[in-house]
Amino acid sequence: MSTEPVLEVESLTLAAKSKEILVNNISFSLARGESLGLVGESGSGKSLTLRAILGLLPRGVEQTGGAVRSKVSSAMVFQDPRGALDPLCPVVKQLAEVVYYRQQVSRRAARTIALELLERLGLPDSLRKKDRYPSQLSGGQCQRVVIALALACKPGILLCDEPTTALDVTVQRQIIDTITSLQHELGFAMVFVTHNLAIAANLCSRLYVMKQGQIVEHGETLSLLQHPADPYTQMLIDSVLPLPELELEGSRQ
Amino acid sequence: MTTTTPDIQLPEGKKQVNGLRRIWNTPSLLIGIIMFAVLILLALFIPYLSPYHPTEQNLSAFLQPPSSTHWLGTDQLGRDLFTRLIYAARTDLTIMVLAEIIPFCTGVLLGMLSGYYGKWTDRIIALITDTFIAFPFYLIVIIVAFASGAGERGIYITFILVGWIVFARVVRGLSASFREQEWVASAQTLGLPGSRIILRHLLPNVLPQAVVVLMTDMVGLLVAIVTLGYLGIGIAPPTPDWGTMISDGQPFITTAWWLSAVPGFAVVYTGIALSLLGDGLADIWRKK
Repeated sequence: MSTEPVLEVESLTLAAKSKEILVNNISFSLARGESLGLVGESGSGKSLTLRAILGLLPRGVEQTGGAVRSKVSSAMVFQDPRGALDPLCPVVKQLAEVVYYRQQVSRRAARTIALELLERLGLPDSLRKKDRYPSQLSGGQCQRVVIALALACKPGILLCDEPTTALDVTVQRQIIDTITSLQHELGFAMVFVTHNLAIAANLCSRLYVMKQGQIVEHGETLSLLQHPADPYTQMLIDSVLPLPELELEGSRQ
Repeated sequence: MTTTTPDIQLPEGKKQVNGLRRIWNTPSLLIGIIMFAVLILLALFIPYLSPYHPTEQNLSAFLQPPSSTHWLGTDQLGRDLFTRLIYAARTDLTIMVLAEIIPFCTGVLLGMLSGYYGKWTDRIIALITDTFIAFPFYLIVIIVAFASGAGERGIYITFILVGWIVFARVVRGLSASFREQEWVASAQTLGLPGSRIILRHLLPNVLPQAVVVLMTDMVGLLVAIVTLGYLGIGIAPPTPDWGTMISDGQPFITTAWWLSAVPGFAVVYTGIALSLLGDGLADIWRKK
């Protein structure tokens, strides 16, 4: 493994057309195979940062300063899995299409690869036989398809934009596990955006805490959580609800 | 490989609602289909249904009131009104459909390009649209009709010139809104070429709305065809056409009112059928 970073974000600044600054002068770098978490509340600019890395800023937002340098390709897993799929196109076809364009194989081979990918992500075998549309899949299944789409690009960096927020809690866990094991296997680096500190702490070795477009604090996950320097970080930590102590007395009966 | 292969089953799969059942549950669509089908069937089979010829004159039997031999009577040249009415449907509906083909395709395509790419593409197309909208439709039709001579050619040319605008505007709006949805952004980042996204993904998503607009637009076009015929710059006699039939019957409006009223009713009937069709289709697609 080389120590050279696969992604470098250097004093990135994003602003709306109205000159309002949305992301202010943020910098970080990502090593090969590393997972980095961007945490913060809604509107703190973490999703915009991801989109800037991907080169996909929404209309009306401009990069006004800084640079994003990356030698490898990146692909994104979106927050709302259903919204990230064409509602009128069978999922296997959507995936095969991406494989066809990104991996330069024949259409037939693309379909085979697509089906293998879906199987790998734990999607049911029935997709092989019948056309299934996004509306016929559950949210978790859709998210697996979206992850498969991203992986079809053979990305060096996987950008995850709150991939579990729109899902049931039980499904969240499965998706996180899937992403982790795929990362072990395929070795891509990952930028994980979330407002859920618990998930970020599980997945990422380093955390960057964002607030109002700025990085207020960053560091190794463990030390950051143990000794938060910024009150905002402390607030985020406090916002993770622990399970209440279970009453053992009551359950005895 | 992946340690987790959670056994999530594919949900029972929303029972693919039977297409026929859906039509049955949408009365407006059902009535529209029936009304339109009756018209089309009559127009297709009129040569076998009627013993009369639409343009052959029989001056000894002119201006007869409705009877068992002539269901809707005869006109001033002794031609069977019912036969002419249905032959006129052939003429007018054929022109209506043919005249919409090119405008529909160009309109949908330009609308998608405009909405998808935005920026200067959008600005140029908006400029053309606004320029054409500045001129009233009938003014352009009449100018073109005079320039190209009477007949259906004027309609075709005018419609190729301005008919696409309505589709372009609707589809542009739709495409622009789809563009903001994540799956379009996602398709772009996944490396699909723009042409592929537009034709394979955007098109199926905007088509239903465009077809609904097409139905309503056809009503307007039909009225235009009939109006031109009525004004004498549309379809030239003796080819049967509802517009010329209305104007031909006008001198006899006090004695044989049905000569003008019946073709007028035919226009209204077709208009209602098309509107119901468009409305019903919109309902079905919205429910999905």
